Amino acid sequence: MADAATSATVLTPRLACRDAPVIHFDNVTKVYVNQNRPALDHVSVDVDKGEFVFLVGPSGSGKSTFLRLVLKEERPNSGAIHVAGKDLARLSNFKVPHLRRRIGCVFQDFRLLPNKNVYENVAFALEVIGKPRRFIRKVVPEVVELVGLEGKAHRMPDELSGGEQQRVAMARAFVNRPMILLADEPTGNIDPATSIGIMKVLDRINRTGTTVVMATHDAAIVDSMRKRVVELEDGKIVRDQSRGVYGQAY
Amino acid sequence: MRANFIFSEVWIGLRRNLTMTIAVIVTVAIGMALLGIGLMINAQVGSMSSYWSDKVQLSAFLCMKNSPFDACKGRGTVSAQEKVALQKQIESLPQVDRVTFETQEKAYENFKASYSSNSVFLNAVKVEDMPESFRVKLKNPDDYKSVFDALSGAPGVANVVNDQQLLDRFFGLMNRLRSAALVVALIQVFAAILLIGNTVRLSAYNRRRETGIMRLVGASNLYIQLPFVMEGTIAGLVGGVISAVLLMFAKIVIFDSMQKFFALATQLTWSDVAQVITLTTVVGVLICILASFVTLRRYLRV
Repeated sequence: MADAATSATVLTPRLACRDAPVIHFDNVTKVYVNQNRPALDHVSVDVDKGEFVFLVGPSGSGKSTFLRLVLKEERPNSGAIHVAGKDLARLSNFKVPHLRRRIGCVFQDFRLLPNKNVYENVAFALEVIGKPRRFIRKVVPEVVELVGLEGKAHRMPDELSGGEQQRVAMARAFVNRPMILLADEPTGNIDPATSIGIMKVLDRINRTGTTVVMATHDAAIVDSMRKRVVELEDGKIVRDQSRGVYGQAY
Repeated sequence: MRANFIFSEVWIGLRRNLTMTIAVIVTVAIGMALLGIGLMINAQVGSMSSYWSDKVQLSAFLCMKNSPFDACKGRGTVSAQEKVALQKQIESLPQVDRVTFETQEKAYENFKASYSSNSVFLNAVKVEDMPESFRVKLKNPDDYKSVFDALSGAPGVANVVNDQQLLDRFFGLMNRLRSAALVVALIQVFAAILLIGNTVRLSAYNRRRETGIMRLVGASNLYIQLPFVMEGTIAGLVGGVISAVLLMFAKIVIFDSMQKFFALATQLTWSDVAQVITLTTVVGVLICILASFVTLRRYLRV
């Protein structure tokens, strides 16, 4: 671990060039207030552009903290985080929204607006960052089609299945063509058969060059995808394996 | 910035919190109207004191037939000699600048001029009812005491009135009214701030899904906060408009009729009222904006 941290520090100047990782954690420790045990404990990891990474580990192992740190919803107690080439410690609060425009997010609970239909839910993400209406009219149907919801643009969320709602959430996360897509247990509320469809959409998004980081408990999915697996346990990285499976460490 | 998006959000927010919005509007309207009344009283007192500052004098009213004053008991109208003697006596006093005699006809004319808008009062009074008087202009209005005493004892003088005292009594009343209006206005402003705080908190809670998603997809703080602040601003503005109507009403009903009952009062002009309305509306809207921002910082993590 210490070696990795040192080499990352040395490499920083070169990493700032063309092949800079889109997510770069250097010796990051995060301790929440009123907690003794760190949520992340000296974590160093790089995620390159276009990669698909599974973040696995038991509840409380630090997966969500990792994602929150990438979004700058939390600050690390020590260590450096670079996302999309920006040093988050030096990024002013004023610029955080611009960072988040380059990151899409998908959650276990979908987080759709119940009073808006599919189209409006996806368009909302563009409206609130001030995109012109003509642009919204053009791109939203494309993304709705990409996630496999063509013909359902005018359905309300409560008329859709869980899998379809998650597709809407993915469309919303992807509609602004983010550099990174963070997915926190996206299949957590969905049955295994439907999950395969969700993973296909994530894979499709990944093929457009978007880096995907997915935190999950779902061993079957991790095993079937054969992508890079980073395993966390008690805030430490215990495994980082390309083309890995879920249960190898046990 | 997409204006219609913001406005539709604001409209939804206002409708969802309709009762709270109405409470804010009413509180702001009453608070600002009272603040405005305080300011209008101020303007009234200011214009009156500048109008009267060089006109203040002592008036020595002379005895006439059936005069009710003690000094005139057992005697009729003052004679011509007594008038001449009085005028000499007054002119000899060192504090006196000049003295003029006011006849019954002149007094009636003045009376008509100051009570022109009160016809009932006007019809009840005849020329013969008006007392004759000496109008004494002092070199220094503060020296009235010795002149006042000298005139009070003089034969043929019914009573002596110091205009300054009348004015002071009137100003005292106005100042108390103004203080009362301002105190109530302050309480209303305080209530308005708390109400706006609550409204924003409710609104932020109602819209936590939306704001959560806005944060996530990278909407700027302005975009997230603006609908809330606009809600407060619109409520403040509507309250301001209502208070403006109340103030115009007050100008017509209270301040203009004041002239009917107090001959001393000067007319409060519409430009004074316009100034007061502008000021109170700006204050009302600013209070709403500030209260919204302060509560947003607490209840809406950005």
